[in-house]
Amino acid sequence: MQAMQWSRLRGRSHGKRKLGIMEKREERAAYLFLLPWLIGLVVFIIGPIIASLFISMTDWNLLTPPKWVGLKNYEKMFSDRDFYNSLRVTFRFVILSLPVYTVVSLSLALLLNQRIRGMYFFRTVLFMPSVIAGTAVAVLWSILLNPDVGVVNQVLTTVGVVQPPRWLASRDWAIPAVILMGIWGVGGGVIIYLAGLQNIPPHLYEAATIDGAKSSQKFRFVTLPLLTPSIFFQLITGLVGAFQVFDVAYVLAGRGGTRASALQFYLLNVYEEGFQNGRFGYASALSWVLVLIATIVILITFRTSERWVYYESEEGKS
Amino acid sequence: MSPGRRLHDDIIPRTRKFLRLLALYLILIALCGFVLLPVSWMLTAALKPDNVPFYNIPPHWFPTEHFEWRNFENALLNPVRPFLRFTLNTLFIFGGNVVGTIFSCTLVAYAFARLRFRGSGFLFNVLIITMLIPWQSQMIPQFLLFLELGWYGTYLPLIVPSFAGNAFFIFLIRQYMRTFPRDLDEAAKIDGCGYFGIFRFIILPLCRPVLAVVVVFMFLSSWGDLLGPLIYLNNTDQFTIAIGLANFATRYSPNTNLLMAANLVMMIPPVLVFFFAQEQLIGGIASVGLKG
Repeated sequence: MQAMQWSRLRGRSHGKRKLGIMEKREERAAYLFLLPWLIGLVVFIIGPIIASLFISMTDWNLLTPPKWVGLKNYEKMFSDRDFYNSLRVTFRFVILSLPVYTVVSLSLALLLNQRIRGMYFFRTVLFMPSVIAGTAVAVLWSILLNPDVGVVNQVLTTVGVVQPPRWLASRDWAIPAVILMGIWGVGGGVIIYLAGLQNIPPHLYEAATIDGAKSSQKFRFVTLPLLTPSIFFQLITGLVGAFQVFDVAYVLAGRGGTRASALQFYLLNVYEEGFQNGRFGYASALSWVLVLIATIVILITFRTSERWVYYESEEGKS
Repeated sequence: MSPGRRLHDDIIPRTRKFLRLLALYLILIALCGFVLLPVSWMLTAALKPDNVPFYNIPPHWFPTEHFEWRNFENALLNPVRPFLRFTLNTLFIFGGNVVGTIFSCTLVAYAFARLRFRGSGFLFNVLIITMLIPWQSQMIPQFLLFLELGWYGTYLPLIVPSFAGNAFFIFLIRQYMRTFPRDLDEAAKIDGCGYFGIFRFIILPLCRPVLAVVVVFMFLSSWGDLLGPLIYLNNTDQFTIAIGLANFATRYSPNTNLLMAANLVMMIPPVLVFFFAQEQLIGGIASVGLKG
């Protein structure tokens, strides 16, 4: 595509030579403007990624010089219970949270897209928690979700739930508890869907009405297909985020006990191995494995997207 | 047509419409309760004196009985956890990031948005990909790099990288810069303006709205960032508000009323920012979603 643009540019020019100099000047200027980012790309991203591959093959506690151990750190993972547990916790969270967040934020967007009085107020209130820091959300909800005297379980008991979940005190309900905290702050995703909804051209709905479509059919055949780019975007950002859960885990798992293992998210385990136990080589190896897994999952999502994401612009807009 | 029949035709759709509207409002109000009641319960709990039970059955949702405002003082001004200091530290890091990000991201976004150069498509793809790379892959080597430079225990590791740009903000600003007409650059060029001149005097002043969005996003992320400060800072005097709160919650087994007071105060600045910058914030998120 880039090459095409260039040839178009050349073709349009009258004095080729002169424009060639101009092009060169523009290119030189462009790279000067890009310089801060290019330096950062090498120093803070590409360099560290390559370095971490080497570090992952050493034994390094910062006190003594690094010792080359080859693939030993990777072998060690196979017998490391914390590794397996953190992987399980993270995957459980990814698999449970993404569908829940998608459905909740999509329904909320549909609800907030109605034209009724006072909608501005409702939107403001419902978006508000999305700006609150994860640490504060976790502190608040860890108190609200107290299994015996917490507010949530009192409400559940009042509406007739006989044995409300023990939330953070239980192995099975700790992850759903974290997801519930996420739902409280789901506004960011709702905004994305709302923008997607408002971007759907109204004439499509008019055409559907003329064709005699019911509102459920309009949703199925107009709204949903046209929202797939937004859903895809949310899915990707959600995946990237879900693999990097830290704040909530740090606050909630910090006190040990059942919680510590039920909420041992992958990044928390990397943090503990590296920064608390001083095993920087092993922590690097752990990071590499997660990056590999995350990359594969994201690539698969991109691959399948060709089948279900609908791009309007492909149909000859530009 | 008999009048009775017309009434029938009219009333049923109307009732249905009314019931639909009613259901809509009820759902919305319930959702607002889900958002607001926890906050109001937290305020109630934060205002309880030490000698009354913290949990009640049924719960006290609204502050009607106890108003122990001194809890806020005790929670925030205790020398063990100087929250005022933490706040200033957080604002300092935020300020450094604002300078760095605005400096670097506008320059880079300008090149991507308005200059033609070989490799622009490729580099832009690289930019997008860096947004997807989990930060863990760089966390440990970056830490070792900064340790080697002697920056451990300073704010430098939390500020300097912002001078190298942030992929998300570059993308956001670039999308905005692309909307200006090309004639602007051409006219300035004819007037003898160089590329930096065009950037500095034509494009940058037009970017104020998107930069406001960037600053709001940056405030929210600086305010909430826990992992970065946790890794690089080792002295209580340097801690940020997020570390202060996390430590308060996990280490000192605090009086829960004081914890709720501190937590409430921690929530207030982002919420205030949200109220004042709601339009920009929503516009910013929406534009990324639509073009992503």
